[in-house]
Amino acid sequence: MSQAAIEALTFDLQGETFALEASLVREVLDLLPETQVPGAPSFVGAVINFRGRIIPLVDLRVAFEMELGAPTIDTRIVVIEHALDGEPTLIGLRADKVHEVTAITHETTEEVPRIGLRWRTDFIRRLARRDGDLIVIPDLDQIFAARGQTASVTSLHPTQAR
Amino acid sequence: MSGLDPIETFRQEAQELLEQVEQGLLDLAHRPGDRDLIDAVFRGLHTLKGSGAMFGFDALAAFTHHCETAFDRVRKGEVPATPRLVACVLAAQDHMRALAEGRPVDPGAGEALLADLHAAVEGGDAPAAPAEPDAPAASTWKIRFSLPADALVNGARPLPLLDELRELGDCQVRVITDDVPMLEDLVPTECRLAWEVLLTTPHGRDAIDDVFIFVIDEMTLEVEELTASGEVETASAETAAIVQAEKPAETAAAQDTRAAKSGGETVRVPAERLDEMMDRVGELVIAQSRLKQLAGSSLDTALRAVAEEIERLAAEMRDTMMVVRMVPVIQLFGRFRRLIHDLQNDTGKKIDLQIEGETTELDKTVIERLADPLVHLVRNAADHGLETPEQRLAAGKPEAGLIRLSARQSGAEVLITITDDGRGVDRDRVRAKAEENGLITPGQALTDNELLNLIFAPGFSTAATITNLSGRGVGMDVVKKTIEGLRGSLDITSNPGEGSVVSLRIPLTLAIIDGLLIRVGVSRFVIPLANVEECVELSPAQDLRSTGRSLITLRDELVPFIRLREQFNTGSAPDPHQKIVVVSTGQDRVGLVVDQILGDHQTVIKPLSSFHADIGAFSGATILGDGGVALILDIPTLVHLGQRHDAQMRVAG
Repeated sequence: MSQAAIEALTFDLQGETFALEASLVREVLDLLPETQVPGAPSFVGAVINFRGRIIPLVDLRVAFEMELGAPTIDTRIVVIEHALDGEPTLIGLRADKVHEVTAITHETTEEVPRIGLRWRTDFIRRLARRDGDLIVIPDLDQIFAARGQTASVTSLHPTQAR
Repeated sequence: MSGLDPIETFRQEAQELLEQVEQGLLDLAHRPGDRDLIDAVFRGLHTLKGSGAMFGFDALAAFTHHCETAFDRVRKGEVPATPRLVACVLAAQDHMRALAEGRPVDPGAGEALLADLHAAVEGGDAPAAPAEPDAPAASTWKIRFSLPADALVNGARPLPLLDELRELGDCQVRVITDDVPMLEDLVPTECRLAWEVLLTTPHGRDAIDDVFIFVIDEMTLEVEELTASGEVETASAETAAIVQAEKPAETAAAQDTRAAKSGGETVRVPAERLDEMMDRVGELVIAQSRLKQLAGSSLDTALRAVAEEIERLAAEMRDTMMVVRMVPVIQLFGRFRRLIHDLQNDTGKKIDLQIEGETTELDKTVIERLADPLVHLVRNAADHGLETPEQRLAAGKPEAGLIRLSARQSGAEVLITITDDGRGVDRDRVRAKAEENGLITPGQALTDNELLNLIFAPGFSTAATITNLSGRGVGMDVVKKTIEGLRGSLDITSNPGEGSVVSLRIPLTLAIIDGLLIRVGVSRFVIPLANVEECVELSPAQDLRSTGRSLITLRDELVPFIRLREQFNTGSAPDPHQKIVVVSTGQDRVGLVVDQILGDHQTVIKPLSSFHADIGAFSGATILGDGGVALILDIPTLVHLGQRHDAQMRVAG
C-alpha cells in the first residue's frame, strides 16, 4: 500500500465498520429485487439486475461469520468492480449501512494481529484506527477465492493462520 | 474504437490469401491441368508478395517470390503442376504462414523448402523447349488503358504497368488527360489519367493481357492490332470486341477467388464490433419486452401501436444481426482438406474426404469454438476408425477410406455429422477399457447406446497404441464438454465393420434463444425451447402415487422426472396443477416438474459470474420484461442428473 492516504468508502456490517478503496466502487444502490440461485452458497446466494447486467450479490457477513439479519431501511448494495478469476467482474456487496468516503493514511493502519480476532485473518488486509474505533479493510481477493468459506482456518491455531 | 492496425489487417489478408492458395493447391492435386486454378494460385501468391513487401514483411515477400516464380512458369506452361511441385508449395505455404504471423522460424527451413521447390520445378522441366511457338514476328499494338479513380488509393500503380509493357518491346507512350478536371475540382489522390501505348513486340496478345492481370477487374483496357507482319490478323474492331467479351469472364473467375476482398460490396469489420452490436441488440430486446408489458397494461391505443411497431422492428433487427454474424461452415470444413492431406502422409492410409452442405451457416463464435472438437473427431476417425489399405482390401472394401463431413440446418439447429466407413467401434474393447478405468462395474448391463457413449466419458481412450495423432491431450470428453458448452449435443452410432457416425447438434446462435418461461416456487426459470419435447400435467393423484419412484409413463415409455421444487429447495408447497416439461438431449429424456408454465420468452443469454458458473445447473441468466432475473436451466446437466437418479433406482429396486 502506498504511503499516501487512500480514499475509502466505509460501511457497516453488523456493527463493525469496513472500508473499501473508493476507486473500486461503481455505485451504491438501494435494495433491488434479488433472484436466489438454488445450490449457491449463502455467501453469494443471489443475483441482481444491475442496469441490464446480471451481477452476483455477495454477503460479506457470511465470510465474517456474522448474523444474517433482515434488511433494514439503511441496507444498501455497493457495486464494485473486481477481478474474479482474472476477469474484471461487477459484484454487488450487501451493506447494512453505507457511510461517507474517508481518507485513510498508511500510518493509521496496522498489520492484522495473529491472535485475538475471531475472523479468518487472511480475509483482512489491514486494520485502521479511527477515533478509537477499528475499521476493517477486507482482502477481497482472499475472500472471493475462498468463496467466503470460513471453515478452514480458526484463530486458535496461529501456525495455520497465514 | 481505434482505427485498424495495418499490420493486423495485412495478417488477416495474408491468412485469407494463404487459405485461398491452399484450397487452390489441394484442388490442383486432383486437377493438375486446370488453368483457372493455376491462375488463382499464382494471383494469390503474387498479391501476398506485393502486400507483404508493402507492409514490411520482407522475409515473407522474398520467400513468396520464389514460389510465385515457380507458379509463373507453371502458368506459362513451361513446367507442369506435378504433385511433387504442389506438395512443395503446400509445405512452403506453412512457412509463409509462420512468416506472416511473425512467428520465429528456422532460417534453414526456408532454404530447404526453396531447394525442394527448385528441384521440383527443374525435375519437371524436361528439355522441352520453352513455350515459344512459331518464329516470333513483331507486330504493333495500340493499347489504351485507364485505371479507376480510386486506383491509387487502393495501391494500384500505373508506372510498373508501363514498365512491364516496355519490357515486351518498343513503346511509345502518350498520356491522355481528357478526364482531368479543372484545378479547383481536382482531387490529387484520384487517378484521372489514361494512357495510349504503341507497342511493337514479338509477343502475342496474351503477353499484353498478362501485364494487366491484377488490375483487369477494375480497369478499362482496349487493345488493337495495327500492323500484322507474318500472319494476317483480322481487323482491330473485332479484337476490341473480344476484349469486351473476355472481360466479364475474367471478372467472374476473379470474383470467385477473391470474393472476400472486393472492396465495393463487402466491409471487413472486426469481430468485437459485431459482438458489441449484438450486446446492444440484446439490450434492445430486453427494453422492448418491458415496453410491451407496459403497453399491454395501458389503455392508450397509440402507445400500444408504437409498442407493436417496436416489437416488430426489434425482432427484425435481431434477425438481421443474426444473419450478419453467420458464416458458412466451409470456413471450418475447408481446413480439413489440409488435415486429411497430412493425415494420409502420417498414417499411410488412403483417405477420401467428402464435404457436404458447406454453405450451411452458423454463428461466427460457434464456428470458432467448433474447430478444435471437429479436428479431434476427424483425427479420431482417420486414426482409429479407418483401417490400413491392406486390411480394407482384405475386408472387401475399397482401398481408400472415406470420411464424410456434412452440415445441414434443421430448425434452429445445425446438424453436423462426421462419418467414416472404417471398422466401427469395438464394443468389447470399449467395455473392457471402461471396466479397467472404473467407469462401469464389470458385467454392468448397458444399452448399446450407453456403451458407445462411454467413449465420451472423462479418462477414456481406446487406442491400444497411442500414436502421434491421438493422445494430444484432448480427449473425447473435452470434445463433449465443448459441444455442450455451445448448448449442443453429440451422439455416436456405429456398426461393426461398416464405420461410425458422430452427430453434433449445434444451436444456430449463442446469444439469443427461444425459451420456455416457467415458475418453481417464487422463482422463474427459462428452459431452452430447443430442448423441450412436450408438456404434460402431473395430476395430484399421479404426484402422490409417484413419490417413491419419480417415473411417468409417456406413450409406453418410462421417463424419469425431477421435482425442481425439491431440487432447488424452494421450501414452498406445490401448486395444485403441476406440470411436467419433458426435455431431452439427443436420446436421453427427463421430465422436470414445475409449478407453472408462464409461456415462451425470447431470451438474451447473459453469462453468470464465476461465482455461479460451477453450480452447473444453470447455463446463464436473462432479464425479464419486468426487470426481474430468470436463470436459464442447463439441460444436459439436469438430464444427466435425472438419468443418474434413474440408474440408482434401477440398481436399488
